[in-house]
Amino acid sequence: MKTGQAMWLHERLELALEELCELSGLSETELRELVDYGVLAPVDPDAQHWAFGADRLVVARSARRLRQDFDLDPHAVALVVALLERLRDLEEELRDLRARLPGGG
Amino acid sequence: MKYKDYYAVMGVDRKASAEEIKNAYRKLARKYHPDVSKEKDAEEKFKELGEAYETLRDPEKRAAYDQLGSHRPGQEFKPPPGWEQQFGGGSFSFEDIDLGDLFAGMMGGTHRAGRRGGKVPIPGEDYEVTAHITLEEAYRGTEVNLELTVPEYDASGFAHRVRRAFKARIPKGATDGQRLRLPGKGGKGSNGGRDGDLYLNIALHPHRLFRASGHDLFLDLPLAPWEAVLGASVQVPTLGGPVQLKVPPGTSAGRQLRIAGRGLPKPQGGEGDLFAIVQIAVPTAAGERERALFKELAQASSFNPRGHFAEEAAK
Repeated sequence: MKTGQAMWLHERLELALEELCELSGLSETELRELVDYGVLAPVDPDAQHWAFGADRLVVARSARRLRQDFDLDPHAVALVVALLERLRDLEEELRDLRARLPGGG
Repeated sequence: MKYKDYYAVMGVDRKASAEEIKNAYRKLARKYHPDVSKEKDAEEKFKELGEAYETLRDPEKRAAYDQLGSHRPGQEFKPPPGWEQQFGGGSFSFEDIDLGDLFAGMMGGTHRAGRRGGKVPIPGEDYEVTAHITLEEAYRGTEVNLELTVPEYDASGFAHRVRRAFKARIPKGATDGQRLRLPGKGGKGSNGGRDGDLYLNIALHPHRLFRASGHDLFLDLPLAPWEAVLGASVQVPTLGGPVQLKVPPGTSAGRQLRIAGRGLPKPQGGEGDLFAIVQIAVPTAAGERERALFKELAQASSFNPRGHFAEEAAK
């Protein structure tokens, strides 16, 4: 991770587990729970040291805020984050379809 | 100090029970939480709500707040005697202090005055803000001016909310909804804690010609009927300047002609593509000679664009 330099949070850039914890404010236990529940996936689950796409930082930060602000347990956090991710994917698909529509829909 | 009406913010009566306050918080949090809300100003509203709830949920803080009496929101008022003692022996003034930060710090001894005096490193706050930029700015990279209300701490450790202007450089490679992290551009850390980060959420303004999907761009390309039939070389605008595009003969409406590498630049290198979507445009008022030629074409041509309708009906 480069410090002091602007960083696009895209999936090609990788963050180590510890970096993801530090930047998201989640503990390692909480992060591992999100992985167990299938909300976050490391680049290579079999690797000794997990790394994550930097775009996952957005999801992890959102998980931390939701847990804190709604007082959610880990299961509920996983459920909300999974639904938000689905919503985001659908919005992206909608944006793509609109862009392809002559006249822009 | 300026008064804030926490009961009004939460939409509850001054006599509301703890349960009613909790329910009101949950309801409004679902509406305004920045992670789930589509409301305008959700971020600001959620901050107000969080501040009100933090004070009203705690019986001691609520009792202290109730002592202030009821004022108009924004009205200047003086805290009751005895408050100064609780907060620092009367050695500082309450003027300009944010009511929310005062309550956030009271009772538990967790305000930054207490923590700042200690040796525990406190990381600076992360800021998150949406930056609206044009497609041209995303293409070239740009610098944006942002305004944020952020807490700044005085010598006693009390927060004062101040409006601060930020300049942030957005390197090329932005797409709609993309996030940019600017390390160390958030709030200052104290006692050796690291400075917070600034997170920018990029939102692209709609463009007159181009529509973006990820790093690809889409453009409507109107063609005259004869250009579509005979093929043509047409000039097409791109963000990097106009290019010549070869339209192959027999191009139908809806076809996407790809112009490689003329989309938005990608942060990891390379570029998206530009897709020109063919539309067949016709003159709204054709001249006499044009009409005659089209009539002649209609008689001479055996082309039936709806042949498959008949096939379907025959099944």
